[in-house]
Amino acid sequence: MKLYVTEISKYVIDAFLLAYVIAGFYTFKFKTEKKRKGLYIFQIICMFAVQSSCFIQIIARTGKPVYLFFFAFQIVIFASVLMLFYVIYPEGNRLLINNTCLLLMIGLIIITRLSYDRAVKQFFIITASFIIGFFIPEIIYRFDFLKKLTWVYAGVGIMAIGAVLLYGAATNGSKITFTLAGITFQPSEAVKVLFLFFMAGALVEAKELWQLFLLSVVAAGHVIILVLSKDLGSALIFFVIYLALVYISTENVGYLALGLIFGMFASVIAYRLFSHIQVRVKAWLDPFGDIAKSGYQLSQSLFGISSGGWFGLGLYGGSPESIPYVYQDFIFSAIAEELGVIFAILMTLVCVSTFMMVMYEGYFLKDRYYRLIVCGIGIAYIFQTFLTIGGGSKFIPLTGVTLPLVSYGGTSVLVTIIMIMIAEGVCMVRTDERYEAMEKRRRRMAQKAAGRGEKAPVKTAAAERSKDGRKD
Amino acid sequence: MEEKTKKKKIRSYPILILSGFYVLLFTAMLVYISVYSYDNRQELMDNSYNTRQQILLNQNSRGRILSRNGDVLAYSESDENGREVRIYPYGREFAHVVGYSTNGKAGIEALANYYLINTSIDLSQKVALDTKGQKYPGDYCITTLDVNLQEVAFDALSARKGAVVVTNPKTGEVLAMVSKPDFEPGTIKQDWDSLIADTSPDARLLNRATQGLYPPGSTFKIVTALAYIKEHPQDYNNYRFTCSGRFTFDGESISCYHGENHGSVDFVKSFAESCNSSFANIGLGVSRNVFSQTLDQLLFGKELPIDLLYSKSSASISEATSVGDCMQLSIGQGATSVTPMHMNMITQAIANDGQLMKPYFVSSIKSEDGKTVKTYSESVYKRLMTADQARILQSMMKEVVEQGTASKLKGLSYTAAGKTGSAEFTNTTTDSHAWFTGFAPAEDPEVCVTIIVENAGSGGSFAVPIAKRIFDAYFGVE
Repeated sequence: MKLYVTEISKYVIDAFLLAYVIAGFYTFKFKTEKKRKGLYIFQIICMFAVQSSCFIQIIARTGKPVYLFFFAFQIVIFASVLMLFYVIYPEGNRLLINNTCLLLMIGLIIITRLSYDRAVKQFFIITASFIIGFFIPEIIYRFDFLKKLTWVYAGVGIMAIGAVLLYGAATNGSKITFTLAGITFQPSEAVKVLFLFFMAGALVEAKELWQLFLLSVVAAGHVIILVLSKDLGSALIFFVIYLALVYISTENVGYLALGLIFGMFASVIAYRLFSHIQVRVKAWLDPFGDIAKSGYQLSQSLFGISSGGWFGLGLYGGSPESIPYVYQDFIFSAIAEELGVIFAILMTLVCVSTFMMVMYEGYFLKDRYYRLIVCGIGIAYIFQTFLTIGGGSKFIPLTGVTLPLVSYGGTSVLVTIIMIMIAEGVCMVRTDERYEAMEKRRRRMAQKAAGRGEKAPVKTAAAERSKDGRKD
Repeated sequence: MEEKTKKKKIRSYPILILSGFYVLLFTAMLVYISVYSYDNRQELMDNSYNTRQQILLNQNSRGRILSRNGDVLAYSESDENGREVRIYPYGREFAHVVGYSTNGKAGIEALANYYLINTSIDLSQKVALDTKGQKYPGDYCITTLDVNLQEVAFDALSARKGAVVVTNPKTGEVLAMVSKPDFEPGTIKQDWDSLIADTSPDARLLNRATQGLYPPGSTFKIVTALAYIKEHPQDYNNYRFTCSGRFTFDGESISCYHGENHGSVDFVKSFAESCNSSFANIGLGVSRNVFSQTLDQLLFGKELPIDLLYSKSSASISEATSVGDCMQLSIGQGATSVTPMHMNMITQAIANDGQLMKPYFVSSIKSEDGKTVKTYSESVYKRLMTADQARILQSMMKEVVEQGTASKLKGLSYTAAGKTGSAEFTNTTTDSHAWFTGFAPAEDPEVCVTIIVENAGSGGSFAVPIAKRIFDAYFGVE
């Protein structure tokens, strides 16, 4: 019986996740949230089906009823998040919130399998993050003065990561954490958000070349501090955010090319200077050459990914615990091993659809400041995802960053939820823009009609707004 | 309308470009992950640092290894303590080719390990076994090995050191592979320390068939002859030489085996009687370039298409090679070395009209409930020579049986062809390894046999009789 449950649930899980992913990409076909509503509800059904099947597998394998309670609590929290969000922010983007919840669920499932205690901790962090996160869209929407603090963000950011460089604790040779009152923070994650606001503000202000130069110097300051802290992954993410935002803001391919060339030179110099980068590159080229030492992590990760096959060994069927740092850097490998390569690929596609939706919102936004913010969030999110999945699968050298929303880790989850919520706030700004444009057009048409002495169709923008019809 | 034209306007190229870039990047990465993890799954699973092998072993019992006719060559059983033990019913006979699975892995046990530790039985069967508290049976592998031929080869080699390789040149199937000295595979765990501590030249764990590097001696004249035919495609048959038992050129000299005087010989007779003097002369008549190309074509110093551990043969010639070394090379002495398996592959190519089939050991993998998991079929590896060149060599090797050094194979119910060798392995004595490599029937070769008997004497006296016993067994002659 147990075997039937675990074997059949493998396929059920993949089927529901596939349906979820297809629905996710299908939403792009419709321009308004209202028309997407059916897809979203379908997604929510699939999401809980995936979660339930996984927990049935967990309970069948372990036979521990305690997991049943944990599962029930999760359902309560995720269902309330999804419902409350819809009630409080009817104009927010529901694909983003659905994807966020799904990725968090997947993370909780695999962490539960690895360590129940950590999963419970992660669960509390998620709950707290959502409570904080729920205020964010409103704050973004209402407090315009936040736009003016550009250089404050830079100052605070540099001080925070500078403090870590000087006083932080070293984990695996990289100085990335900072313990305050018993709680360990990873400031580079939080500074990422400040950096986004700084870049957006500074780029909107930048009218002259010297201003662009100045902001580049400050951005370089961030990156250099991170490189010196040996936090390579974050340094790369900051650099990529900088490049992308300069390109989006100036629309000048020359800057992008210049930045990439500069980046290449910097990488070569960094490679020459730092032995730990050389070790990483060597391990990437041939992880099995020095399998006992420098290639150990990566080869264990590859063993994990390949041993699961397309449908995985089933939860508790593999040995992901043999992969070092599996909770953070190699969570993808654990998922591929036990839930299968297909599941891991579908999950990655959920990440890609999240990115596409964020960029989609940015594309249609008129306000330059918010456009830069939201695109920055998209780039930061997808690039970090790329670094961790690519690093764990020998596609690129390992940098040691977490998989946003899925990996275990408080700061990462909190910051990613905040970033998604900022994107939701920006979605509300765009909805406003839309109604303004609509109102303008209506007025113009009414004037025209009045000029011709015809009877204009009298429809107020407010009435239209309640119908949520977007026509531009 | 005004709005419609506005709609088509691209709002921001950078956002489109960046989005497109990341979507492409992720597509590439996901394809890479799927392909890499699928293609390398066996290699990764077999890695000794991969603890997942243990998970599979706890869940499945190691699968059986069968001969081509279904005789069990290896199987697993639980002992009274519930521990799994591997049993090899034929003991030492198949020790090297079937190999072992404790203390590392070797032979077919290593080759098919991935399948042997996985199971493909139906879910319902797994459930039934679960309720009985039994392990699932691993998939079993059917080899190309023939128990009868293996036993004959094993017995024929008797107490001597050496190796025998028997293959089918048309398919590449390996029918038998014996290497001596050997070990008892069933007790290898207990014997391991003494096997490792043994530093005598016995080297019991070494599979001489694929890893033993020997001077090829006169069997190498096949190679020299091929080079000469390539150099003189029209008039190689006009070659004449008068042997006085010794050939001297530029102050370097080569003697015939035991100083024998072959008198006046042509190209075919030089080959059939294995005249060293004449072949030293033939070797000097081949341009270095053509000789070197021939060596490359015949895979000397190259990767071989076999899945067991093997050593690379070595033979080389260039413009810088001295006359003495060139003469030594022509008769397969000096720095030249070859594995019996490689010599067998060259013979296979000749027997199969120039085309080398990829040698293989495993023909299919099946699950214990009868499903076929994977089948391996014959495949062409490479053409090593033209069909014409192969046919010339075939007829020359036939002459070796009819008129020359392998006359013990003459006048039987089947026709055979081959080349003998007596390879001297020290400079001080005239002791030699006995070689024979050949095929039968000569007209339409079905079986290739390569034999080396270490330190036995001449190939004609010591290796050819073993070949005869194997051919007899193959053709069912009592």
